[in-house]
Amino acid sequence: MKKGDRFFKFITLSPIVIYTSLLILLPLIYIFFLSFCKNDSYGGIIYDFTLSNYIAIFDITYLNIFVKSSLIAFIATFICICISYPFALILRERSENLQNLMTKLIMIPFLTNSLIRTYGWIVLLRKNGIVNSILITSGLIENPLSLMYNNLGIIIGMSYTLLPFMVLPVCSSVFKIDNTLIEAARDLGAKPWAIFKKIIIPETISGVFNGSLMVFIPAIGYFFISDILGGGKAMIIGNLIKNQFLTARNWPFGSAISIFLIIITFFLVWIYRKLGGKLDDLGGM
Amino acid sequence: MKTIVRLENVSKSFEKDKYVINNLSLDVYEGEFLTLLGSSGCGKTTILRMISGLEHVTDGKVYIDDKDVTELDPTKREVNTIFQNFALFPHMTVFENVSFGLRMKKVSKKEIESRVKKVLKLVELDGYEDRYPSQLSGGQQQRVAIARGIVMNPKVLLLDESLASLDLKLKRMMQIELKKIQRKLGITFIYVTHDQDEALTMSDRIIIIEKGVIKQEGSPQEIYQNPNSTFVADFIGESNLLTSTIDKINDTTIDVKFDNKIFVVNREEEDNIGDKVYLMIRPENVLVSNKEINNSSKGIIKTLVYDGAVTKLFVDTEGDFDLKVNVQGNTNYKEGDTLYIAVENKNIVPIREKKNEKRR
Amino acid sequence: MKHKKLKNIFIGLVLFFLYLPIIVLVVYSFNTSKMNIVFEGFTFDWYKNLFNNRDLIEAFINTLIIAVTSTVVSTIIGTLGAVGLNKYDFKFKSFINLLIYIPIVIPEIVLGISLLSIYTLTKIELGMFTLILSHIAFSIPFVIVSVRSTLSSTLKTYEEAAKDLGANSMNTFFKVTLPQMMPGVISGAILAFTLSLDDVVISYFTSGPGSNTLPLKIYSMIKTGISPDVNALSTLMLLATMIILTTSAIIQSRKIVGGTK
Repeated sequence: MKKGDRFFKFITLSPIVIYTSLLILLPLIYIFFLSFCKNDSYGGIIYDFTLSNYIAIFDITYLNIFVKSSLIAFIATFICICISYPFALILRERSENLQNLMTKLIMIPFLTNSLIRTYGWIVLLRKNGIVNSILITSGLIENPLSLMYNNLGIIIGMSYTLLPFMVLPVCSSVFKIDNTLIEAARDLGAKPWAIFKKIIIPETISGVFNGSLMVFIPAIGYFFISDILGGGKAMIIGNLIKNQFLTARNWPFGSAISIFLIIITFFLVWIYRKLGGKLDDLGGM
Repeated sequence: MKTIVRLENVSKSFEKDKYVINNLSLDVYEGEFLTLLGSSGCGKTTILRMISGLEHVTDGKVYIDDKDVTELDPTKREVNTIFQNFALFPHMTVFENVSFGLRMKKVSKKEIESRVKKVLKLVELDGYEDRYPSQLSGGQQQRVAIARGIVMNPKVLLLDESLASLDLKLKRMMQIELKKIQRKLGITFIYVTHDQDEALTMSDRIIIIEKGVIKQEGSPQEIYQNPNSTFVADFIGESNLLTSTIDKINDTTIDVKFDNKIFVVNREEEDNIGDKVYLMIRPENVLVSNKEINNSSKGIIKTLVYDGAVTKLFVDTEGDFDLKVNVQGNTNYKEGDTLYIAVENKNIVPIREKKNEKRR
Repeated sequence: MKHKKLKNIFIGLVLFFLYLPIIVLVVYSFNTSKMNIVFEGFTFDWYKNLFNNRDLIEAFINTLIIAVTSTVVSTIIGTLGAVGLNKYDFKFKSFINLLIYIPIVIPEIVLGISLLSIYTLTKIELGMFTLILSHIAFSIPFVIVSVRSTLSSTLKTYEEAAKDLGANSMNTFFKVTLPQMMPGVISGAILAFTLSLDDVVISYFTSGPGSNTLPLKIYSMIKTGISPDVNALSTLMLLATMIILTTSAIIQSRKIVGGTK
């Protein structure tokens, strides 16, 4: 390798190597290490090996939060799929210009502040909010519905905030389906439902899983949404970790939960890759 | 003739012990239009890239104009490449593209302008300086690519399947144009292609490569008329390959027996009675007749394909072999007709498959 | 056709769902009523309030400083890194390639707490510095992925053509590679900038006492109760996002007219 080339290699690679080792690898190794430590009652860390943090995860109180949080994230993911699939399939038949315009229109709210958008839902959903007022004045209900400060509020907030993460990969995989495949199937006498089951689903499965990953994983961690729309009573895993680090000051336990989440995440990503997904598509917003 | 590029026992492997090119030697002469012809994956592009320096040889030496350039980077070699899809920089105008190499060499502004002007005129693109590549047709892009290469005054211009992306009509036109430019400049062109038509049309010399090995080299006529292996016979043009055995050895000729008939072809030293010899017969050299003629075989037309200038017949003979026959222009033959076919001895090319190394 | 009408209604509903909270915020930011239910009258009061709120202005300036600095740094590191990882082979390359995806896939909160832990361990005081560093940490992978999408095999041919014409590594990079990667670099930078402006989770863990960001400020305002100030602020931020988006769209479409098709 020539001298200039070696210099260029150094210039391009050293920042990224330093970055990955100091800001990704080192912090993760450290919390992995912390997760096996004990903590004292003042929030300090005792460097003493223990497995108790991992055992504590399976305590019924925490297990409850895990199950509930996963369920909320799962429902939000499902809602996003139910919106994205028909959306993509309808747009698939339209002109490319319209498709581009629609994807842009989906992107714009995503690029605005998510807190602000969540706040917009308070105005809409609270007891004397817009939705309830409309429903009461129109005579459909007499007493205001509890649309927020409960799990429903969190699910609405999560599906709303994370919807673009589902719509974009689903759209791009649905738009990519080769039209001749569908025409061939139709030619061979397949009914719409059979086409959907035998062609569209298999062709788009990695796009849908991509979207599901990008919805499900944040949905177990976005504590600010459950704080704002769940009213503090409802806890998701994100709140649990946040509390361990900032309120209860039990960093080893918080680290153990985080490591547990990382393992789950890696497992989901592994499935995604088995389904033929590319890692680069995950960040390709 | 002066040798301008010499490859001396070069080898190339991308993975350990897996050689794409193994111990290949090759001389390119000054001013010639040389074509490296082979199917995709045969290593022809690798040879070109080893000359340009985009690929370094694993073993052996590369000389350009008697200078050992084996260790030199492409930057330092006095050869330029026209890439398969032209590789015109999309964000630069025609002028910026063509002047790129000169700017890298820090040639004075005035000289750049006059030289770019000159080559653009040569490729008949004067007035197109400010266009972007996307605003040009395929043929024009091709010519910009050529201008960008020749403005550097290279000792050799390397062309990597440079016509492959053009449509058929444009391709035919550019083939003639390329040859014209080459003659005008007197620069050596090394052209890589898998298209035998292209090779026959443009080249002074063709080198046929298979699996990283030179199978045959020679002028287009030599290669077409005297292929030295069944591979070459099959690769260049259409051919009938019939298996025969040597029946008798004479002073300068041998008698070979095929379909119970005796044909006389040239003798080679190591011929022995009973040896297998392939007889290569070009379809256009087969004589057809309605009546029996000397040494002919009877056959039935199985398929007839009209192809403009020629009509192609696929004949099923009584002797249990099929023959492709090309007849000039229109014929009155129909599928299912019976006819007699014969071949003159001079139009039969014997191929001995044992010795298929190159011959000069 | 009735079918088609239904489909259009569905598309309309999805867009309505997406834009509903945003529209509500914008409309009510001009509402005289503090309670946000009925539109009583038009006012600019909440905007005036905003400009008198020193805390808010400070948070806004902090946010801008963080977003600009982290965008510039992460765009440079990410772009160089994408090129280097594409071009060269070295030990641990595939490992580093995997590490890069970690900030994209793991829950943000996990990255947040692990950065907090490491700052505490190394006794780096939480504040603007740690905020900028953390924003750089989560932005770089997005820049890399965005830039990488423009590094095609065609680009490799362009680089070879430049080399063939006598350009050295530096010239090849600045005259050929970089201009070709520019769309990826710009969209990577825009993504980094918007992610930084929007970030709540990671900032929540890595900010210090004197270093509030706008999202954190909004977060605390929302938690203490609804105030039309937030509506006004939201509207302004929406406006800013729109301006950034349209300018970048215009710049990019101009680039395209000049460059490729």
